[in-house]
Amino acid sequence: MRYDAAVIGGGVTGGMILRELSRYRLKTVLLEKAEDVAMGASKANSAIVHAGFDAAPGTNKARFNVEGNALMEQTARELSVPFIRNGSLVLAFTDEDLETVRELRSRGEQNGVPGLALLSPEEVLEREPAVSREIKGALWAPTGGIVCPYELTIGAVGNAMDNGARLRTGFAVEEIRDMGEYFLLRAGEETVEARFIVNAAGVHADEIARMAGDGSFTITPRRGEYELLDKSMGGLVRSTIFQPPTQMGKGVLVTPTVDGNLLTGPTSENIADKEDTAATAAGLETVQRLARKSVPGIDFRMTITSFAGLRACSSTHDFVIGPAKGAPRLIHAAGIESPGLTSAPAIAKAVVKHLEKAGLVLEENPDFDPIRRPFPKFREMDDEERAALAAADPRFGRIVCRCEGITEGEVLEAIRRNPPARSVDAVKRRTRAGMGRCQGGFCGPQVVELLARELGIPMDEVTKSGGKSRMLAGKNR
Amino acid sequence: MKDFDLVIIGGGPAGMAAALAAQEQGVRDLLILDREPQLGGILEQCIHNGFGLHRFQEELTGPEYAARFASRVEQEKIPYRLDTMVLDLSVCPDGGKIVTAVSPSEGYRKIRARAVVLAMGCRERPRGALNIAGTRPAGIYTAGAAQKFVNMKGMLPGKRAVILGSGDIGLIMARRMTLEGAKVEAVCELMPYSGGLTRNIVQCLEDFGIPLLLSHTVVNIRGRERLTGVTIAAVGPDRKPIPGTERDIPCDTLLLSVGLIPENELSKSAGVQLDPVTGGAVVDECRQTSVPGVFACGNVLHVHDLVDFVSEEAEIAGKQAAAYLQKGGMDGETFPVSAGEGVRYVVPQRIRRGAEPFSLYFRVRDVAKNARIVVECNGKQIASRKKRRAAPGEMENFPLTAAQLAGVDGPVTVRLEKEGE
Amino acid sequence: MEKRNLTCIVCPMGCALEVTLEGGKVLSVTGNTCPRGEQYAREECTHPTRVLTTTVRVEGGERPVVPVKTAAPIPKERLFDAMEEARSLSVRAPVRIGEIIKEDLCGTGIPLKAAADIGKGRNI
Repeated sequence: MRYDAAVIGGGVTGGMILRELSRYRLKTVLLEKAEDVAMGASKANSAIVHAGFDAAPGTNKARFNVEGNALMEQTARELSVPFIRNGSLVLAFTDEDLETVRELRSRGEQNGVPGLALLSPEEVLEREPAVSREIKGALWAPTGGIVCPYELTIGAVGNAMDNGARLRTGFAVEEIRDMGEYFLLRAGEETVEARFIVNAAGVHADEIARMAGDGSFTITPRRGEYELLDKSMGGLVRSTIFQPPTQMGKGVLVTPTVDGNLLTGPTSENIADKEDTAATAAGLETVQRLARKSVPGIDFRMTITSFAGLRACSSTHDFVIGPAKGAPRLIHAAGIESPGLTSAPAIAKAVVKHLEKAGLVLEENPDFDPIRRPFPKFREMDDEERAALAAADPRFGRIVCRCEGITEGEVLEAIRRNPPARSVDAVKRRTRAGMGRCQGGFCGPQVVELLARELGIPMDEVTKSGGKSRMLAGKNR
Repeated sequence: MKDFDLVIIGGGPAGMAAALAAQEQGVRDLLILDREPQLGGILEQCIHNGFGLHRFQEELTGPEYAARFASRVEQEKIPYRLDTMVLDLSVCPDGGKIVTAVSPSEGYRKIRARAVVLAMGCRERPRGALNIAGTRPAGIYTAGAAQKFVNMKGMLPGKRAVILGSGDIGLIMARRMTLEGAKVEAVCELMPYSGGLTRNIVQCLEDFGIPLLLSHTVVNIRGRERLTGVTIAAVGPDRKPIPGTERDIPCDTLLLSVGLIPENELSKSAGVQLDPVTGGAVVDECRQTSVPGVFACGNVLHVHDLVDFVSEEAEIAGKQAAAYLQKGGMDGETFPVSAGEGVRYVVPQRIRRGAEPFSLYFRVRDVAKNARIVVECNGKQIASRKKRRAAPGEMENFPLTAAQLAGVDGPVTVRLEKEGE
Repeated sequence: MEKRNLTCIVCPMGCALEVTLEGGKVLSVTGNTCPRGEQYAREECTHPTRVLTTTVRVEGGERPVVPVKTAAPIPKERLFDAMEEARSLSVRAPVRIGEIIKEDLCGTGIPLKAAADIGKGRNI
């Protein structure tokens, strides 16, 4: 089959683009090299919907941030993904910081960010009593928000698939041949034909561009390390607490997550290896030190996991959005570092316009349903809903993950629903099973068993996250 | 809503012993709830022997120890519900307790109880709390999760392992993995002494030539998909890695045995006051928590190393819950019991004036030789005992007689005194 | 003459024992605090034994394996042979606690017994 469009890269950008394309009568496919979507920067970032005061006016970053922020409410609602507009604060610790914060306000106003205000230390502390008493003031941005980046990606891809789009995981594009009428994309022995391509390959987007003959930009992976803390720390702050930005990014933040945990990080370090998501002792120490500068009361003994993500920083210092040089039917959505998560819904719309300009005929799909049925979340239901669900289906009466209160029914739903979970981590991202304070100590064995049963494979073939990441070495009886 | 006099949350060794004790005291309207498909709790996966030396004067395996209690629960026809997860515990203004539970067979329901015994056990500390640098590949398990795979599912987690932490489960798993054909490269222990029982160090490590590296920790984890190795390093007295002592060990499995945490989410939801040191409830000698009619025992109260004392403690809780139901409350002024010099914690944390004889359970801070345990009240010594050897890994049990308890009329302190002082 | 160092496991004291041996015979034991320590050292140096606990495969059970243990300690040097034999065994559910799974494990003369009940059932 020849696809009308192939999107390379199953991150939040690629997922949103796929969903945008599924509004039209098109044969589309998402090509992802990993075994699941949201496996790159989209599973390891700050989970922030930025207000948009940070990027320099006139840049793609500034434009798509503000547009994406405005679209997020509806997008999240349609995809049944939790989104909270909790507001952001940028703390100023020195007079110099106060100057920076004022600059951010005027930059934000030029970018069209609504509601920005400078707060006195008293006003900040009244809003956020856990913030350091050393502050001299702060910028308040009421439109800042939080969202779960992998849930948003899974939601977008799932919704696109429900509307007819295809997903091919384990498809790492190695070669792109322009056949005139269409492109031939090859991954190992397998090929896909597509008339148009979107390059949303994250840290690998420069390699994809070069495969099509476009060497106009390079991508540097910039590692950011994080620590995620237990829900008992989640209530420490309500808004997202930033420090004044530096050359290397927006600095270390402290924020609640939509799931009620506390997230701190990231560090910022350019590295050479595009797969190196190892956390370092020095990095984690930096996260703790800087996070405590903003919120001194954080108890890092309550850390439940630490991780690192790679932002895809373009040599152009801006998002690269538009047709490839010398290959007009390939549209880039590249260099999507922060504020990429916020921008994704807006980037998707812009990319589809570029595709149309390049000759893709867009005919509305009358059957398109923008609504993704909410994932059943037993833990968030009230008594009546829980009783009804458990009575209707006993699998929702069996708790698999004790810490997060996740039922067997939810795990099965994650395995069966688009995009289907095929590994322990994929189940975890969809359901939160294993994401609580015991980190899968109790539910891990049970999730492995359920995956084996549902996928019809022996338990020792179940992986943590695809490939060679087998959970078990073999049967011992 | 169904009503019970007594609901016991957890059907492990603590829950079963509490239920049996309450039944013996005449409680008839009681119910045990457990989330597993069988009674016995964590003992079901502890297939090694060594359980029951104090209680039955013989060496039983975990499932055998559990079966002694489970068969009595059956004989006494004490009702229990399995595959049942308790999601919430709350206390009504009239003192009644509401237990919210869910199970595949009975669905979601609320049960009203006049008294509750908390016996939910504990969980293992995961990797996150240690904040080890490196990647997040497959092959990193808590020792207990690995134990479940090996002993309950017949699956081997890996073939070449490093174990971090010398708690008993880690030691037991070192032997178990070795017997199953895996190579255990080393057990690293952050502290200068092991947290496990001596017999486990001898029979699980020394028997198989597995090195125990004291004052060592894992500082890095490698491997993108499956674990390929760890870096270990010696630590100084500040427990921080000493630069230059790093050593790489190739392995496909890292087992963590780095501490147990009482599982008190339900206790918190019921407003039970917790002890920051034990991680369990603050209780009096009857094992009643700060919430009248809510009792706690076993590993949910404080982490035990011998199940025999879990049973002993649970019998106190069960018996006293029965007394609470019969008398409609517990009276008497209580005084705090606190950990003095050299003592990390004491359970119970409160003692009633005129208390019946009972034992103080406590742990020392550090390894001590030729010391003396001193129990004081208002600065006056009421009991003392010589102790040839004490270690944080071995819970101390100090029985107090009626005569000694007669002197209790104020705050009590337990401390360790170096002999000759 | 040969010296061996042991840690006594009879009680939590964990005495450091030093055993002097000659031709496999114990000449003396030092470091023990009580007579039980000496007895432990003598046995440990002449014929060390251990109870083996492991699992055996179950066919048609509610669980795939049943915990088992040797009815008495077996010679320590036979542990791995005994493991190998236990791995090759299988029983059909139901299994009753105390039931003998194998009369003579690995020629030790000691039976292997089930340490739990396993009911009939279907397991995934």
